[in-house]
Amino acid sequence: MDLSKLTIAQARKDLDAKKYSALDLTNAYLEQIRAKDKDIHAYLEVWEDSAREEAKKADELIAAGKSLPLTGIPLAIKDNILIEGRIASAASKILENYHASYDSTVIKKLKAQAPVFLGRANMDEFAMGSSTENSAYGPSKNPHDITRVPGGSSGGSAAAVAGDLALAALGSDTGGSIRQPAALTGIVGLKTTYGSVSRFGLIAMGSSLDQIGPLTKSVEDAKILFDAICGYDRYDSTSLPEQDVPAKKPNVIGVPRGFLKEGVNPDVLEHFEKTLMALKAKGYEVRDIELPNLSYGLAVYYIVMPAEVSTNLARLDGIRYGLSVDAPTIKEVYEKSRGQGFGPETRRRIILGTFVLSSGYADAYYRKAKAVRELIRADFAKAFESVDVVVTPTTTSPAFTFGSKSDPLSMYLEDIFTVPVNLAGVPAISVPMGVVERDGKQLPVGFQIIAPQRAEETLFTIGKDIEQA
Amino acid sequence: MTDGPKVDIKALADLARVEISDVEMAKLEKEIPDILKFVEQIQGVATDTKPVSPELRNVMRTDEHPHATGEYTERILKAAPAQKDNRVVVKQVVTRKQK
Repeated sequence: MDLSKLTIAQARKDLDAKKYSALDLTNAYLEQIRAKDKDIHAYLEVWEDSAREEAKKADELIAAGKSLPLTGIPLAIKDNILIEGRIASAASKILENYHASYDSTVIKKLKAQAPVFLGRANMDEFAMGSSTENSAYGPSKNPHDITRVPGGSSGGSAAAVAGDLALAALGSDTGGSIRQPAALTGIVGLKTTYGSVSRFGLIAMGSSLDQIGPLTKSVEDAKILFDAICGYDRYDSTSLPEQDVPAKKPNVIGVPRGFLKEGVNPDVLEHFEKTLMALKAKGYEVRDIELPNLSYGLAVYYIVMPAEVSTNLARLDGIRYGLSVDAPTIKEVYEKSRGQGFGPETRRRIILGTFVLSSGYADAYYRKAKAVRELIRADFAKAFESVDVVVTPTTTSPAFTFGSKSDPLSMYLEDIFTVPVNLAGVPAISVPMGVVERDGKQLPVGFQIIAPQRAEETLFTIGKDIEQA
Repeated sequence: MTDGPKVDIKALADLARVEISDVEMAKLEKEIPDILKFVEQIQGVATDTKPVSPELRNVMRTDEHPHATGEYTERILKAAPAQKDNRVVVKQVVTRKQK
């Protein structure tokens, strides 16, 4: 079997036709991991034994004719998604030995289809970063060029799928953490509608922004995984109630030209225009639109997100979970456990969040950011009255080299096109749109499609049209 | 755009209960004001003067079908760094004022 071309959809057909067994498929991935993950470092832990057991169980179901779309499909799971009994460290030292005490809802839903969990994927600590350089366990590498980052924070998930170390993966996206690594590694990444996929059992970063979603090799695969994990969950108070959204053939694509002036590399822009031409050739109307407040997205995000980070991570105190550093008083236990357990970027965001929420500054920063966030939301709502989707490049440039964005602000700019989506709570997908050359290496770039709330189907329709172009 | 507020990193670290080394403190004293200067661009944006309050709805689950007492106790206790006799061990919280 050729893993580089394999998709979930194809593997399903092959497994059901008994061309190979789920155990053969799992073994093939485990072999790849053994051969290549020393260099890629997509995984923090590989579960060889349980993966084989799960594959055998899947083979029994297949033999009995009871296979479901994901039965026997080998997956990588981001290290911030809880699987009962397994370590979930969010790539942090503070949770190095934390074993999940329950299954997250997405894992419970996946287990009902009997897939194979290959291991937990590396990430930026607590999902804060765009390169995996903030992982306490060392970065993952981009399979297209190991001197470059795979993107982040779901960089391990992306590197696993792009490097054929997993057939598909789950990641989480707070400001671009699924779409940006998908773009930089040449795969498909879906950020789902806020509330469409349960966050129960996802280690929280920015609760008003976080969503779990798939990283896959095709749009069809992204839909298969999305269908498996979405749905109302009583254990997530922000979960959206079930509702049928009438499928509608999209035909008008909006391009926010004003917003695209923000320093996109010329060759990336060229691929973007080419993709637009291909969509026109397929019968879509392409129209320029204005979303004047989108350019404030990053500034709003870097207030709202650290505010939520500083409150969410308050629970990591050296008492209830993970690392605890002994000291004479309880205050020092907190300070030392948190000081030694968190990495520098996490500490930076906690300090920033503490500031924007502090008395005397909360009005000028946090509350003002919330008000501007409403303007961004309104911009999208207004745009979707006249167009079916809004499109941008996923990032301004291809994968960068390790250490080249050591200044925090330059790293934050990596999210410019992706954060407005999280602020508005709408869904978006990144699909590959070709490669650009840097230092003799061919590096993939992504095309981002943004749709109204719950219109994931629209994203899949246009995404497939791009794949077939 | 203003020069930005005076940021007391030491006080913030104390509030957030995070120990920060002197070297890192010096770095943050430059980085945090830089980030704040960047985000301050939103202060000139015209926004509605009334505060945005979300539509209120009850998000609490109905308190019904409780699980058996003790069903999860062991699993939850296991996550804590120190336990004793079915309890999480915590440092003494109230102390006599030290002179």
